[in-house]
Amino acid sequence: MATAAQSVPGRARTFLKNVRAGDEIAYLITFVFAASVVLITAILVFELWVKSGASIHKFGFNFLHTSTWDPVNDEFGALPFVYGTIITSILGLLLSVPLGVGAAIFLSELAPPKLSNALTFLVELLAAVPSVIFGLLAIFALVPLMRSFVQPWLISAFGWSPFFKGPPYGFGVLTASMVLAIMMFPYIISISREALIQVPREQREAALALGATRWEATWDAVVPFARLGIVGSVFLSLARALGETMAVTMVIGNDPKINASILAPGYTIASVIANEFTEATGDMHLSALIELGLVLFLITIILNGLGQLLLMLTTRQGTAR
Amino acid sequence: MRTNFLIGMVVALATVVPTAYAADTINAAGATFPAPIYQKWFQEYHSAHGDVQINYQSIGSGGGIRQLTEGTVDFGASDMPMNNEQIGKITKFKVLHFPTVLGGVVPTYNIEGVNAELKFSAEALAGIFIGKITKWNDAAITRDNPGVKLPNADITVVHRSDGSGTTFVWTDYLSKVSAEWKGKVGAGTAVNWPVGLGGKGNEGVSGQVKQTPNSVGYVELIYAVQNKMPYGFVKNASGAYVKATFDSVTAAAAGAAKDMPADFRVSITNASGKTAYPISSFTWLLIPDKIGDATKREAIKGFLKWMLAAGQNDAAGMSYAPLPKPIVAKELKQIADIK
Repeated sequence: MATAAQSVPGRARTFLKNVRAGDEIAYLITFVFAASVVLITAILVFELWVKSGASIHKFGFNFLHTSTWDPVNDEFGALPFVYGTIITSILGLLLSVPLGVGAAIFLSELAPPKLSNALTFLVELLAAVPSVIFGLLAIFALVPLMRSFVQPWLISAFGWSPFFKGPPYGFGVLTASMVLAIMMFPYIISISREALIQVPREQREAALALGATRWEATWDAVVPFARLGIVGSVFLSLARALGETMAVTMVIGNDPKINASILAPGYTIASVIANEFTEATGDMHLSALIELGLVLFLITIILNGLGQLLLMLTTRQGTAR
Repeated sequence: MRTNFLIGMVVALATVVPTAYAADTINAAGATFPAPIYQKWFQEYHSAHGDVQINYQSIGSGGGIRQLTEGTVDFGASDMPMNNEQIGKITKFKVLHFPTVLGGVVPTYNIEGVNAELKFSAEALAGIFIGKITKWNDAAITRDNPGVKLPNADITVVHRSDGSGTTFVWTDYLSKVSAEWKGKVGAGTAVNWPVGLGGKGNEGVSGQVKQTPNSVGYVELIYAVQNKMPYGFVKNASGAYVKATFDSVTAAAAGAAKDMPADFRVSITNASGKTAYPISSFTWLLIPDKIGDATKREAIKGFLKWMLAAGQNDAAGMSYAPLPKPIVAKELKQIADIK
């Protein structure tokens, strides 16, 4: 460009001007796009706050720690929904993280390339399946399985503990968590696998050169290197689980009670909003549902914040070592 | 060339779009339960009267009432009458309730080894849904079903998890027949259920009932008929066991016609009359009594007249119970109040 500017100064100057203007325009446009994210979030919180005003004013902090949900008498407490949302997401994570990370390690490190490509394609296909399909699958396949085999077995084996008590409905918190786990699974695999593939070859070769077996090299050298991506995949899928609506509603049993048993029915925030919003005739009912939306927003922020914190702590540890 | 084409397109769009919406497009929104027949009515009426186009969004009764209150639709539709508080919020006009068709709600069940059609008394239904009757062989159930061998099994109660007019009718009935239900739970589109699992929509409840042995739930009559689900007889206020049919639902409305309030805001659950099915309800159109736009006003009035005459013939074919004659006559009079 410098030579062009010297040979034909006039034209070059306009050209440069155009480029600069182009830069500015591009800057402006992309800035507006980026700003719109902030704006949308701000509007969202503002709207939720304003529309839930009646409920916030009436119940205050009691909303968060009482458990009556009675639209007839306009008494609303969010605790069972908060509990249901968190417990299903966490149980879902507990089930899907070991499976997902294990599968990702297999696909990126151990599987023959052909098999790995075929499976990766299937995993990505799975990630694109709408949640209502998972819900249907769960109703027709998972629920009968849970009711006839899994839950009776859990009750007979662990029935002495409060966590596995009660009749085997088939529907319930555990079933919902399993559906969530199935839905989170492809996300965790997909992103973790990407992270593992990004690990430089030298990392593996160095470990192997030191006499490590293939598994030792994978587990001690490759996986810690990809930790950031793996933890990222976990939090992305957690976000999905927290907000999942249809598939959970279809199998959780929709009962706003807090029960120690994970076989009992439960309820989540997203489910109750989807269920009751259209026919909420009372103003307080509507306001309480919107406040639940605000609470879900807060939970998402808190959990994501904790995730970031965890990420920061682990990476610092990693570099120090 | 290209700019000419573009200009042409813009002009064409500008002329086409307004004409498509300019004629009498009337917007309505509300209940989902009667939505299939409303869609059919609005379409039939449009083909007979080309200048009247009614768009109906089935967003739920609550949504219909809200949109009517905010004035974003020309009229609303609801599965339950508006209460005084809701009516008080609308200052620009008075809301007129027009019953359109009737529906029933039926108890459906799945009991291992029982194929007989069960009979339920009001006490039995209330007891089961409040959680006091927990076994199928409870005396309150067996008393009504001599000759049926009911198992000594726990009852799993299934109810709607989504807010719905069906739940309103069901809980309204239970509130009328059980003081305990009225005090503890009450009636509403969504209530604080003492026991049971929640399923989304009729399909959610029926799915859970079909899949869960020894369960009982409630669904709309239409849904039970179309899906050939077993459903029970219910003992009515006169002490007769009645199975829900279009006739018995219409009979419940006829029983209520005698002392129908002038504004049609009435619940016909637990209606008197030997043949009346006790868990029945109207569904209503909510029409403002003042409609400023004269063409819209005449179009809506015309539609209401047609709906109360020819429209009623569509009901049975679409599995809704038609209105009894005395009520049609009363509603025709009310049309004159729209000004």
